[in-house]
Amino acid sequence: MTLSWTVGEPIKDTKAPSGPIEERWDTRRFQAKLVNPANKRKLTVIVVGTGLAGGSAAATLGELGYKVKSFCYQDSPRRAHSIAAQGGINAAKNYRGDGDSVYRLFYDTVKGGDFRARESNVYRLAQVSVNIIDQAVAQGVPFAREYGGLLDTRSFGGAQVSRTFYARGQTGQQLLLGAYQALERQIAAGTVEMHTRHEMLEVIVSGGRARGIVVRDLVTGEIEKHLADAVVLATGGYGNVFFLSTNAKGCNTTAIWRAHQKGAMFANPCYTQIHPTCIPVSGEYQSKLTLMSESLRNDGRVWVPQRTGDDRTPADIPEDERDYYLERIYPAFGNLVPRDIASRAAKNVCDEGRGVGPGGLGVYLDFADAIARLGRDAVEKKYGNLFEMYERITGENPYETPMRIYPAVHYTMGGLWVDYDLQSTVPGLFVIGEANFSDHGANRLGASALMQGLADGYFVLPTTVGDYLAGSKTFGDVDQADVAAAEAAVQQKIERLLSVDGTRTADSFHRELGRLMWDYCGMERTDESLRKALERIPELREEFWNNVKVPGEGEGLNQALERAGRVADFFDLAELMCLDALHRTESCGGHFRAESQDEDGEALRDDEHFAYVAAWEWSPEGPVLHKEELEYEYVKMTQRSYK
Amino acid sequence: MNLTLKIWRQNGSSDRGRMVTYEVQDVSPDMSFLEMLDVLNERLILEGDDPVAFDHDCREGICGMCGMVINGVAHGEQRATTTCQLHMRHFEDGATVTIEPWRAAPFPVVKDLVVDRSAFDRIIQAGGFISVPAGSAPDAHAVPVPKDDADAAFDAATCIGCGACVAACPNGSASLFTAAKITHLGLLPQGQPERASRAKAMVEQMDAEGFGGCTNTGECTAVCPKGIPLDAIARMNADYIKTAAK
Ligand SMILES: Cc1cc2nc3c(=O)[nH]c(=O)nc-3n(C[C@H](O)[C@H](O)[C@H](O)COP(=O)(O)OP(=O)(O)OC[C@H]3O[C@@H](n4cnc5c(N)ncnc54)[C@H](O)[C@@H]3O)c2cc1C
Ligand code: SF4
Ligand code: FES
Repeated sequence: MTLSWTVGEPIKDTKAPSGPIEERWDTRRFQAKLVNPANKRKLTVIVVGTGLAGGSAAATLGELGYKVKSFCYQDSPRRAHSIAAQGGINAAKNYRGDGDSVYRLFYDTVKGGDFRARESNVYRLAQVSVNIIDQAVAQGVPFAREYGGLLDTRSFGGAQVSRTFYARGQTGQQLLLGAYQALERQIAAGTVEMHTRHEMLEVIVSGGRARGIVVRDLVTGEIEKHLADAVVLATGGYGNVFFLSTNAKGCNTTAIWRAHQKGAMFANPCYTQIHPTCIPVSGEYQSKLTLMSESLRNDGRVWVPQRTGDDRTPADIPEDERDYYLERIYPAFGNLVPRDIASRAAKNVCDEGRGVGPGGLGVYLDFADAIARLGRDAVEKKYGNLFEMYERITGENPYETPMRIYPAVHYTMGGLWVDYDLQSTVPGLFVIGEANFSDHGANRLGASALMQGLADGYFVLPTTVGDYLAGSKTFGDVDQADVAAAEAAVQQKIERLLSVDGTRTADSFHRELGRLMWDYCGMERTDESLRKALERIPELREEFWNNVKVPGEGEGLNQALERAGRVADFFDLAELMCLDALHRTESCGGHFRAESQDEDGEALRDDEHFAYVAAWEWSPEGPVLHKEELEYEYVKMTQRSYK
Repeated sequence: MNLTLKIWRQNGSSDRGRMVTYEVQDVSPDMSFLEMLDVLNERLILEGDDPVAFDHDCREGICGMCGMVINGVAHGEQRATTTCQLHMRHFEDGATVTIEPWRAAPFPVVKDLVVDRSAFDRIIQAGGFISVPAGSAPDAHAVPVPKDDADAAFDAATCIGCGACVAACPNGSASLFTAAKITHLGLLPQGQPERASRAKAMVEQMDAEGFGGCTNTGECTAVCPKGIPLDAIARMNADYIKTAAK
């Protein structure tokens, strides 16, 4: 049975000032109320997550003098999933003088997002991007440099200028270590209290405001409550709903899903990004997929055999029997088309039976020309660690034979709805980084997530949280009954999971759910597939709650229990994702509805009916849709074309 | 292929711990080492046994969360490879594989193969940073950095904080880890103002955590998945001696 849903009142961002777009952030900063330094010390801010967004936010709030409590589920804040980002970070520095500007980055991001993002937010992101690079360099982030000692840049999918700063293939690692070190400095200074190996399992809402969280100490199993004046969620994306994704194994939706059930609206859950360059699946036991940075598309050429069923080795297929399909279909952008387009093109050629490797689910990414043109050394300098990683996983040497790649789930543009201040629909609950829905519309451009996470954490949130906390005198006391109820809910769920004692592991359910989502709500969605998913998910969820086997007990380290709790939340999220995808009958960005395509098979938007953010409110009777209409004052809405 | 696994099982820091033998069948050569353990754990759960606890997250060799001593070698015999990036094609059918946690007093065992590495965070807290509050930075191009310095700083900065160097060191020294950070920041112009105080504070914290001293055995670099070179330690010592002499 399909989940029943209703349409509620429209929703609106009331925080972005009006006036010329280039002045809005300055205006907001000036309007934002300040907290005097003596009071800051008395105000507690909880930051859940220590990735680029949470790490930078916690460090900065600590520097400003707030009492910060920071949480992550790993054993050290340095291990947040941001560490895995490879390719780079965008910034409108225009150091190359190639015509880049804040306005162009803004324009590219709005267009790349297929006109489903808010102009004010995106403009601010582009503005702040330049400060991020300054900040990172000052912290000692070792970006790639040219011989003159200045910063090097590269170009990335969806852009015709070179604005991506990078640190070999480890940009995320280096930026995160910068934020982590700033955070550790604040921990040493006593402004930040760090709680590693703690998983947030509930938000405490009292008097209509977010006032704390309930966490499980993953080592002792103890359930703890932590109270605060504001709560910031920086818990990353929910791509692991697909089980197989490029995300770290622990990435989850639990934190934002619990917040959703406590009143925070969930925006555009169906917007998922499928990354075109990942290492294909090798077998049933596969536990995750590995991304090959898309910077590889700068020099690698994507191709498949022209003939279906051609099973010769790549070296045996002559030039004129190869189809460099991206260069053929999109001559202007070639191998650098945005991710959604590259991914779907790969799916199409594989669907035609021209895919390569096991199961025909792969395409070649070939460096032979680059090696001939630049020399092996130059290619090694640029991509050495990626080539090594590929060889380690597949046992094949990409200097000699083309890589095989296939799309995989990578990023989620959807997330909790936030206003210009990054505040959710629960007062005092702020959401930053990949966990919110804010800046990327229906498709994120490469190298823009790192930019957004750090923009949110270093520059935006510290200002807007201050404005909220300036009114803290009126917050009142936290009602202990609300705290007790939140703790009890956590306790009950754990007991319930442990008591089923069925015959299937949580992972086996997760795999099945992931497969279902990939087949029915993946790269291509149809009315029929989504209805099937919406029928199957509740059945599977019911089986889960009746037949899952979670070993051990609530006390002590119990990794199987952690996983089971996350899977339980993924079921609920999966259902909302499918519903959102079903209701949005247009195609846009990463959301491709087969029913809505033009004669060339490109995504066809329906601006008349769908130029809005779909913000879903949770209710026991079924989700309620609140629409935030999107207005484009600066960038004219056009059908995207990368031809 | 089929393997015999001898795995260290220890239920919390107060348990004495022991090796337990498990047989695993039908291991595919394309599996990663951790996927092989996943398969074992799925079976243990269904059989009503306690699955083997081990740390992991990214499974792509960058977060530094995973780490086991495999056949006596931290992260296994494959060079420059984290446990999660180790694949079963490097093992022979019928082999016996021993799997143990990092063993070092400053890394107490939490459970089975999971250890507490928070001492590393405290070493960073002591001085592994450049003090620059958000928003106070000058333009990124204000200070050019010679490419060679930037590249060398990057190489040192690739340390993932896994702790293999400590596990491999006969003295249980954290010198390679600490030196990697001191080298990274000390090679950059931005890192100069705090260079002396940094080395002093970090080395002292390292000692306070109970890590052993460095006697140049080189076991650390041999297992380091990121190939952090031994000369980082010489650099750390030089920086440290300079401050101590002051
Ligand atoms: C392989 C890969 C490569 C990428 N490459 C690039 C790139 O080159 N450029 C780019 O711009 N973007 C890239 N991205 C995207 C980008 O890395 C992420 O979007 C971004 O890092 C997310 O940062 P974050 O701070 O929002 O969350 P994360 O870094 O995911 O951090 C989440 C934090 O929340 C904590 N957490 C989560 N749930 C809980 C809970 N319930 N309780 C307590 N703590 C919790 C975690 O411990 C962690 O600290 C890449 C992504 C992947 C997967
Ligand atoms: S120096 Fe090498 S072995 Fe030691 S923590 Fe860093 S990466 Fe791991
Ligand atoms: S799991 Fe991240 S390095 Fe191995």
